[in-house]
Amino acid sequence: MADFDTPEYRKYRDIPKLEEGTMSDSAPFIAKPVFQGPLGFPGELVENWQEVAIDKMGDLLGKYRGLQVYLDSCVKCGACTDKCHYFIGTKDPKNMPVGRQDLLRSVYRRYFTFAGKYFPKLVGAKDLTKEVLDDWYSYFHQCSQCRRCSVYCPYGIDTAEISMAAREILDTVGIGQKYCNEIIGKVYTIGNNLGLPKRALRDTLLDLEEEIEEETGLPIKLPLDVKGADILLVTPSADFFAEPHIDGLIGYAKVFHEAGVNWTLSSHASEAGNFGMFIGSYENMQDVAMRVRQAAEDLGVKRIVHGECGHAWRIAYSFWNTLIGPWDFLDQNYPIPQHICEYTWDLIENNKLNFDKSENDHRVMTFHDSCNVARATRMGDKPGGQFEIPRNVIKAVCNHYYEMDPETTKEGTYCCGGGGGLLTDDLMEIRVKGALPRMEALNEVVEDHGVTNMAAICAICKSQFSKVLPYYKMPMDMIVSVHQLVGDALILTGSKEALEALEAAESSEE
Amino acid sequence: MSVAFAILLYIATAILFVGVFLRVLKYWRTPAPLKIPTMPAPVTQMGVVFRMWREVVLFESLFKSSIWTWVFSWMFHLSLLLAFFRHLRYIISPDNIFWPIISLEVIQSFGKYAGYFMLIGLLGLLARRIFVDRVRYISNPSDYLMLLLILTIAGTGLSMSFIAHTDIVALKMFVLGLVRFDMQPLPSSLLLQVHLASVALLMIIFPISKLLHAPGIFFSPTRNQVDNAREKRHLAPWAAKLDANRGHKTKDQLVKD
Ligand code: SF4
Ligand code: SF4
Repeated sequence: MADFDTPEYRKYRDIPKLEEGTMSDSAPFIAKPVFQGPLGFPGELVENWQEVAIDKMGDLLGKYRGLQVYLDSCVKCGACTDKCHYFIGTKDPKNMPVGRQDLLRSVYRRYFTFAGKYFPKLVGAKDLTKEVLDDWYSYFHQCSQCRRCSVYCPYGIDTAEISMAAREILDTVGIGQKYCNEIIGKVYTIGNNLGLPKRALRDTLLDLEEEIEEETGLPIKLPLDVKGADILLVTPSADFFAEPHIDGLIGYAKVFHEAGVNWTLSSHASEAGNFGMFIGSYENMQDVAMRVRQAAEDLGVKRIVHGECGHAWRIAYSFWNTLIGPWDFLDQNYPIPQHICEYTWDLIENNKLNFDKSENDHRVMTFHDSCNVARATRMGDKPGGQFEIPRNVIKAVCNHYYEMDPETTKEGTYCCGGGGGLLTDDLMEIRVKGALPRMEALNEVVEDHGVTNMAAICAICKSQFSKVLPYYKMPMDMIVSVHQLVGDALILTGSKEALEALEAAESSEE
Repeated sequence: MSVAFAILLYIATAILFVGVFLRVLKYWRTPAPLKIPTMPAPVTQMGVVFRMWREVVLFESLFKSSIWTWVFSWMFHLSLLLAFFRHLRYIISPDNIFWPIISLEVIQSFGKYAGYFMLIGLLGLLARRIFVDRVRYISNPSDYLMLLLILTIAGTGLSMSFIAHTDIVALKMFVLGLVRFDMQPLPSSLLLQVHLASVALLMIIFPISKLLHAPGIFFSPTRNQVDNAREKRHLAPWAAKLDANRGHKTKDQLVKD
C-alpha cells in the first residue's frame, strides 16, 4: 500500500526502545508563495531568517505565559516520554513530548537564558542552524497538538502550545505548511475548508433532502441562509459530503426536525473547522472564527449549535468568547455555543425524542474520545460532561456498547493520529504509525466483545480512521458519526416507520 | 575563611531572592491570552486551588504518569521540606515565637532521618536518568550535575549528623551573626564548608535553571485556569487591541455572497 510498514500490535503494550531518526525524513509539503501572502506570511524563506525567527520567539515569549513558563520549567523527569502516540508508533526520540519540546527549548536556552548563552554545552543549548530549522519543520508537523502529554506532566507542560509557537515562527520566516495554509486561504476566499462555493453547497443540501425524504417519507429540511431562524448550526464542511460525516449531518437534521425548531446553516460560516489554531496564529484564528459571528448577526439567529468536530469545538467552546465575543445579542438562556450532543441529550432527558434502539442492533459500539473534545472542552455543567454526554447519547440509541481500555479513553484518550493539521496524504506514514495505540485498543474490544463499529464526534477523526483502518486490516466503514446512530434509531413523528411501530405496539397490547 | 563564606552566603541569598522575584514578575506580567486548562478542569476558583494543592503537595499528575518517578521525587521533595524545617533552628533564636515549634522533638528527629530518604530519592532519580534510555536521551550534563550537587549537600549534611559532628553551637552563632549582621567565626570543618558552598551554589543557579519549576507550576495555564470560557470572556490586553480590526478579511466576503 505504501513504502512503509504498518506497525505491529505490541504484545504487552510495552514502551518501545528508542530508535533515533526513524522519522527524520518526514515533512509535509511546503506552502507556495501565493498561499502565504493572504495569511500575512512571507512567500519563502527570508534572507535573515535566523534573526527573524529569534525575534519572533521573543515576541511570542512576551505574549504567551504558557510558552515562557513551559520552556523554563521542564525538569526532564521523563514522565511524558512514553505518552505520545507518535513516539509509540515510530520509536523516534524526537517524538517523545519532551524530545519535541527540546527542539525549541535548546534554541530558547541559547538565545534567551544566562546559562545557555554562557554555558551552552552544559544545558544542551543550540544555535539556530538550518538543520535545527529543518528539524522543527519535520517534528513540529509530527505533533497533532492532542495535549495527551500535558495531562501527565507534573507541571502541565503542553507540547501543543510549543508546537503552535514553533509553527508560527516557521510561518514568520516563510516556511508554511501547504495543507493548513492553503485551507485557511480557501476559508478566506470561499468560506470553507473544502472550497465548496455557495451554489454547490445549496445543490448538495437539496440532494440530501431528497434522499432523506425517500428514506423517511418526510420533508426534512437542511435550510441554508434562512434569516430569522432561531438556531444557526455551525459544522465542519466535511459533514456536507464526506463519509461517514454526512450521515451525522442527516442525524442533526432529523433531530432538529423532530424537535420542531427553526434552524439554518450559513453559507458564510459553512465551516466550523479553524486551522488558524494549528498554525498557532491568533490573528488568523480570529479572522477565520469571525465569519461565525458575522453570519449569526447577519441572519439574526438566537442560538448557535455546533456540529461534531474536535478542534473546532475546542475553538468554539474555549476560544470563541475571547476571539469573537461577547455574545450579548444571543439568547442567554442557552449555552453559547451549544454542542449538538448537549442539544440532543437535553431533548432526550426531557423525553422529547423516541427511539427504536433495535435499529442499531446490527452494531456493537465503542466510542473514541476525540482529543480536543476530551482534554480541551466540556459539555454540560459538570467537569467530565464531555465524556458522559456523548456516551449517554450513544447508549440511549444503541443496545450494545463496550468501552475500550480505560487508559486509552476520556482524558487519557489517544489521538486518532491525524489531528493538528496532519490530515494530509503527504504525511501518511506518521498518520498510520500514530494510530497504533488507538488501533490496539480497538482491536482488543473487537476480539473480546465483537465490537463492529466505533463512533466519534470529530470530522478529522472520522476522515483519519476511514483512511488508516484498512492499514490495520479493519474495514474503513467501522467508523461512524454519533448522530448517524441517533438518526438511525430516531422515531420520526409521522414517518412510515413510526406508523408501523405504532401499529405493532397496539397489536401487542391487544 | 569565615568572611569568604559570609560574603558567599549573602550573595547567594540575594541572587536567589532577586532572581526568583524577577522571574515571577515576568511570569506574572506575561498574559495567557487563551483559555487552555487541561480538562476536565475545575469550574470554580476554589476548585483550581484544590487542583493546584494536589499537584504541589501530592504530585498528582506525576502519580498518574510514572509511579517510580513519583516515588523517588516525592521522597526527595518531602525530605527536603523536613530538612528545611530542621535547619530553621540555626536561623531562629530561642527567643523567637516560632522557637517552641522548631525545637520540637518530632521536627528535629524527622528532619534528621529525612536525610536518608533524601539520599534514596536522589539515587533513585539518578538511576532512572542513567538506566532508562528515554530519560538518558533527554538528559543534559546540567541534569546530572544538579543531582550530584544535591547529593553532595545531603551526603555532607548526613555525615555531620551521624558521623563527624560539627560544633553546632558555634555554627548557630555564625548563622545568627549573618542574620544580625554581626560576624561570628565559622567552625572549621571541611564537611561543613562543602555543605555550605554547595547550598550557596544551588541558591545561585536556582533562578537560572530548571529549578524554576517550583514557581513555574503556579503559573502553568493548563493547571491554574478555571474552566468557565463560555460563561466569562477572557481577554488579554494585546489580544483586546486586535478586536477593532477582527474579521476584516471576511467582512467583504459576506456582502459579496
Ligand atoms: S513530564 Fe513535563 S517536566 Fe517531565 S520531562 Fe516531560 S515535559 Fe519535562
Ligand atoms: S501534544 Fe500530542 S502529539 Fe504533540 S507531543 Fe503531546 S502527545 Fe504527542
